[in-house]
Amino acid sequence: MTTTTLAVLVPLLPFLGAAAGLLLGRTAPGFVRPLAVLPTLTSLALAAMVAVRQGGDQAVNAATELTPTGSVPIELALHIDGFAALVAVLVGLVATCVQIYSTGYLRDDPRYPSYAALVSLFTSAMLLVVYSGDLMVLLVGWEIMGICSYFLVGHYWETPEARAASLKAFLVTKLGDVPFLIGLFALATDAGSFRITRVLGAVANGGLDHPTLIALLLLAGVAGKSAQFPLHTWLPDAMAGPTPVSALIHAATMVAAGVYFIARLLPVFEASQAAMVVLAVMSAVTMAGSALAALAQDDIKRVLAYSTIGQLGYMTGALAVGDRGAAVFHLLTHGAFKALLFLAAGVIIHAAGTNSLAAMSRMSNLRDRVPDAFWTMTVALLALAAIPPFSGFFSKESVLGAAEHVATGHTEHAPGAAGWTVLVAGLLTALLTAAYAARLWLLAFHGRGAEAPDHGRQPLTMTVVLWVLAAPSLAVGGFAYRTLPDWFDGRDLAPTLTTSVLGTGVALVGGLVTYAAWRHTTALAARVPLGAVAAHPEGDAGQVEAEAIASHKPAYGDVAYAPDPADPGRLLLGPLHRHAAVGFHLDAVYTALFVRPVQAGATLVRFLDREVVDTYVRGAGALPRLLGAAVRRAQTGNLQTYVSVLLAGTVVLVVAAVLVATGA
Amino acid sequence: MTLAAAAGFLTAATETHGFLSPTGVEIAFLLVGLVTFGAALVTVTTKQLVHAALWLVATLGGLAVEYLLLTAEFIAWVQVLIYVGSVVVLLLFGLMLTRAPIGRSPDADSGNRWAALTVAVASAAALVWVVVDAFRTTWIDLDGPAAGSTEATGASLFQNWVLPFEALSVLLLAALVGAIVLSRKTKADAAGTGPAASTGPGVLGAGDTGRDTEGAR
Amino acid sequence: MHLAYPAVLSALLFCTGLYGVLARRNAILVLMSVELMLNAVNLNLVAFDVWLSRAAEETLHSGQALTLFTIAIAAAEIGIGLAIVLAVHRNRGTADIDKLRDTAEGHESHPTDGSDGSDSDARTAGPADRAGKAEATA
Repeated sequence: MTTTTLAVLVPLLPFLGAAAGLLLGRTAPGFVRPLAVLPTLTSLALAAMVAVRQGGDQAVNAATELTPTGSVPIELALHIDGFAALVAVLVGLVATCVQIYSTGYLRDDPRYPSYAALVSLFTSAMLLVVYSGDLMVLLVGWEIMGICSYFLVGHYWETPEARAASLKAFLVTKLGDVPFLIGLFALATDAGSFRITRVLGAVANGGLDHPTLIALLLLAGVAGKSAQFPLHTWLPDAMAGPTPVSALIHAATMVAAGVYFIARLLPVFEASQAAMVVLAVMSAVTMAGSALAALAQDDIKRVLAYSTIGQLGYMTGALAVGDRGAAVFHLLTHGAFKALLFLAAGVIIHAAGTNSLAAMSRMSNLRDRVPDAFWTMTVALLALAAIPPFSGFFSKESVLGAAEHVATGHTEHAPGAAGWTVLVAGLLTALLTAAYAARLWLLAFHGRGAEAPDHGRQPLTMTVVLWVLAAPSLAVGGFAYRTLPDWFDGRDLAPTLTTSVLGTGVALVGGLVTYAAWRHTTALAARVPLGAVAAHPEGDAGQVEAEAIASHKPAYGDVAYAPDPADPGRLLLGPLHRHAAVGFHLDAVYTALFVRPVQAGATLVRFLDREVVDTYVRGAGALPRLLGAAVRRAQTGNLQTYVSVLLAGTVVLVVAAVLVATGA
Repeated sequence: MTLAAAAGFLTAATETHGFLSPTGVEIAFLLVGLVTFGAALVTVTTKQLVHAALWLVATLGGLAVEYLLLTAEFIAWVQVLIYVGSVVVLLLFGLMLTRAPIGRSPDADSGNRWAALTVAVASAAALVWVVVDAFRTTWIDLDGPAAGSTEATGASLFQNWVLPFEALSVLLLAALVGAIVLSRKTKADAAGTGPAASTGPGVLGAGDTGRDTEGAR
Repeated sequence: MHLAYPAVLSALLFCTGLYGVLARRNAILVLMSVELMLNAVNLNLVAFDVWLSRAAEETLHSGQALTLFTIAIAAAEIGIGLAIVLAVHRNRGTADIDKLRDTAEGHESHPTDGSDGSDSDARTAGPADRAGKAEATA
């Protein structure tokens, strides 16, 4: 088989698996699990073969015209360069892990068939986005991902949190997608084609008329999909979905699609200095703000969600300084260790029966209940905190190195201001990242108090994939940073001395300060009892998680926040803690700015409809009704009345006829 | 009548037979006509139901006189025989059988009275106007042999109108059967309620109709 | 004689009968008014027949023949009409036309009403009424 055939099969197989799963889900439940796992596994193997064959050489391009449109043609096109090949392998790996993990996690869930089919469909769409060489086809995959995300976030639709979160995720990402669509059309109009290769060719020849406008419009869609400030608010709420979905969609792949998209079209963005500065500021605000918020969250998955936002901020930061190699490098390592973090968090939630860190900090021995989760999560947290030699260190140093490279005057790709912004924000975030990673680790695994409940061993499917993902989290950075430049643009990704020392230093400082704060506050934990655990700890992990999410608000007063004085984050953040816990009131601002005006508008429209329009309608109905009542009154049933009227009419007619006949 | 006369006077002054110089027959016709019209008015306005039937006799008798004045003697006698002799008697029987109150009944007229009056006056005005306008100069010559003598009528009827005459006898037979059927039906319906209430009128209806058809023949 | 005299008289009689048909409450009085209208037509027929039989050489005396037919038909009509009125009176206990409102808007049929009325009528029919009936049959 040629590389092109293999590449076509990669997105096609999960799609066929999804279709078959939806068709057979009710009639043949025995086929659902193989149909979920096998196509994804096969496409992982095929993606790996494609990557090996492509090997970082010349990009593979293939195209067939889908439909002649008269102006800009839409083509089914493949464009597989090193980025696409490697990202596809990552997507296949994480998707396979998640599918295997889900067979255990949602073991007893009655909606598992549709869930698995949607995950397969999502995988197919993501692979389509990765391989597509045509922006229109890419948009199709992009939107399918959005709708799958909507359905999967709302998987536990019995809980109001999940319903609200799925709607919010859908609406916020669509808010970004509208400018994105306009931007795509503007780009295609300027470049004369939807093909990525031709667009890049047009950019290289200076063929874009409105680079800043196009870049900013595209940026809106990227901000929505990749959860960048100010459109990031849907991602923490999306944690109301099942944990495997969070791992696949809201950590490893879909949210990375925006970064990947910019990486593909980076020359378009580089054509506009303003867009690069906006991108830098956006990434800086996202990184720092989300890291602060992560430090204040009580829900373990929300900590990871804010962490995801922050790491995506690193990637956009790398793009803002014009180094897409660093961005995709971080995307790959982050995809591995963040998927691992989420899957391990799912195991912990199942074991502890709660998603609250405050409650976990009051359980001893949790780490002995789930040793696999403990060890793999430790690895992943170290990778997240960018401690050498874990993979996160290398990718994050490559980002910081690129920023420093620009900040020190090599501004051929990006403005110097962007470099400084990303560098400063990146170092600050490295400090905070280490702090919240340490807080998570300490609170979850070093709690003191009652013995953690024993729910037996976790399913094998759930623990094995943790080790599968732990390997790349541990090692891929160190092995890959020398070979990856061959696959990417050829720029060096090795850590530089200055940023390595600085980054590792601030990370160690952050971790140690958190440890000190934890030592200081942990004595309080015994004094303030807190905690609520799921009602059915013997159920499967999905049910435990749904109950944990549903009970968090009644137990602690908020989905994100717990009044826990023993929290080291509270000590570290001081007065900021209150604001950070609710995401710096951005939701309240949106409520005031958008939700209330829209609701007021809806009220006004309802008033206009009910009172004004309906008045005309009622008036139009009232006249015939009055006439009808008058005519009805004439139906007395008295024959003499009828005959009187009949004869009166006859007389009038006769007189009229006579008058006309005589010409009077 | 006076209205018609006045209207005729203006336009027919030059005619040989003016309205201002009536013949004796005309005067007689006019007087009897006034009586007839007055009796008709009383018939439809009186509050005593039996009186209405009696005033109807006066009206129909007046009309018979008018037929005589128009030289239609056979019709006049038939009018007296059938209408005055049988129809009015039938109506009186009907009134009694429906237990019509004897004496003044205040609700003899329905609430439709004013509408009826309006329609009647309007149609009267229209008809009189049209008729007078059309026939104010037309003259009937009543001299010579009577146009409606029994001989002439009989000859005409049995020479030219035999077939309709026989058809009419079939119609009368049908009416006879219909009246009997109507009576039978009521008898069957009322059978459950008691023999005293039902049999009498049922027999009566059939008897009336039979007598009526005999009279018509 | 002027033709206008009988023509006008017949028009007036007709309208008088019309008024009676429309205004009278008792069905038998309505039948009387119908007779008035028929007679008005008869007068018209006779008058025009007399006029035409003088004016024309040959005549079929159609007016007089038709008058005779009308009289016969009127007699049949009054017989059947009275039979109907009597049937209605027996069923409904009344011969008032404006109480027969089954076709009125919002009218609800009370099947027991009529029979009750006739029943009670039949029971309360006093000796005088019985006597009247007996007289009628005699």
